[in-house]
Amino acid sequence: MTQGRTNSDIEVVVTGLGATTPLGGDVPSTWEAVLAGRSGVRRIDGEVDWVEKYDLPVKIAAPLAVEPTDVLPRVQARRLDRCEQVALVAAREAWADAGSPEVEPERLAVVVATGIGGALTLLAQDDLLENEGLRKVSPLTVPMLMPNGPAAWVGLEFKAQGGVHAPVSACASGAEALAWALRLLRAGEVDVVIAGGAEACITGITVAGFVQARTLSQRNDEPERASRPFDVDRDGFVLAEGAGIMVLERSEFAAARGAKVYGKLAGAGLTADAYHITGPEPEGVGQSRAIRKAVESAGLSPTDVGHVNCHATSTVAGDVGETRAVKKALGDHPILTAPKSQLGHMVGAAGAVESIITLLSVKEGIIPATLNLENLDPGVELDVVAGEPRKVDLQAAICDSFGFGGHNAAIAFTKA
Amino acid sequence: MADNAEILAGLAEIVEEVAGIDTADVTAEKSFVDDLDIDSLSMVEIAVQAEDKFGVKIPDDQLAELKTVGDAVDYIAKNQ
Repeated sequence: MTQGRTNSDIEVVVTGLGATTPLGGDVPSTWEAVLAGRSGVRRIDGEVDWVEKYDLPVKIAAPLAVEPTDVLPRVQARRLDRCEQVALVAAREAWADAGSPEVEPERLAVVVATGIGGALTLLAQDDLLENEGLRKVSPLTVPMLMPNGPAAWVGLEFKAQGGVHAPVSACASGAEALAWALRLLRAGEVDVVIAGGAEACITGITVAGFVQARTLSQRNDEPERASRPFDVDRDGFVLAEGAGIMVLERSEFAAARGAKVYGKLAGAGLTADAYHITGPEPEGVGQSRAIRKAVESAGLSPTDVGHVNCHATSTVAGDVGETRAVKKALGDHPILTAPKSQLGHMVGAAGAVESIITLLSVKEGIIPATLNLENLDPGVELDVVAGEPRKVDLQAAICDSFGFGGHNAAIAFTKA
Repeated sequence: MADNAEILAGLAEIVEEVAGIDTADVTAEKSFVDDLDIDSLSMVEIAVQAEDKFGVKIPDDQLAELKTVGDAVDYIAKNQ
């Protein structure tokens, strides 16, 4: 492996993982379902009133496998927006998984992102104001709707006084949080960071907004086949909800306390297209530059990266463009997969949950298959895993995440 | 018209609902802030629910004076 120059001598390791997703209420159940090729997508028009009420053409989504209110104490849950609930559920799992590190509060930071934030609270409280008046509006409205809420609650829970941050970059948010966590650790500001993303906003207006942007799959009659990145018959993404959290540590700090290590968060690249508010720049220049920056920041060379866990959402335009960006950045050797085929699109949580999958792929030496990839789009010139997971010895892998606004994030993971 | 025991029981149910404190722990001498660890946001919720339940008005300046559960019971008893 090439030992290039990183911008710091500090190495960052991953010591704890937590998630709640459409495939499972924690990381082990999610990972097992990913490898088993299951789908988290289902019909929702029997569970919610807004599909029929607004005659929405999209009747599918990927809701959580486990309701956070079944896991959290009732009184705590009622003070939290759903996106804050899932952040806490995932953070508790990650912190326990890391062995509840003993760290000075000033040396512990939180970077937990969301793409949309507490919009469910905003909608519900606005209805109360409209229909029942001021008295019925909850005094918790603002802390429930603010997009820094998930980060703030995680910070409160674990007494993080080294800074609590909430980057917002739409569908790149969760990955961007990991990139900022890496920067904090490399700068030597803190020893431990709890980082990731949370999103829970499957509701009438978000679905309607994405429908009007022509981005959602309408394969209502075959929910499990709806999300099909890189397949010629893809027709859009499936909206999902969830959270993913990592506990990241300065490697010396982790070693001193004898922590188990999943692998290294070795590098990260953040770039912006400055091209169009929603459409990716067609040549993939910004995406490619993010991947290269991640590789360089990890001290790797492109040939070290054997696998890219793609952002690929199952939209017509985005998927193929991303493969061109990967090829431009790394060459034609990386093996690709697209976890949104199973999980749907968790927006601000996607990059964090998919980073967990990328890291586990490196650790376990296995790349999950892209579900529903039956006929590869002829525009894709790279090897995409389909059918069954593939066993591959990986030194390093990249997780891509791109967001409305032209945000590009790439995170590099290597073996412990 | 509820008597003081009924008001205390009703108030304890509200406190349990909002703050998760066992109804048996909600007794007259307890301070909302110091003993029951109820924050200002939860106090607003408790006040609104108490207003609905007992048909009283609890203006903000009065709410600030209700330090203990007993203070609240007495206020509600006088003003219902």
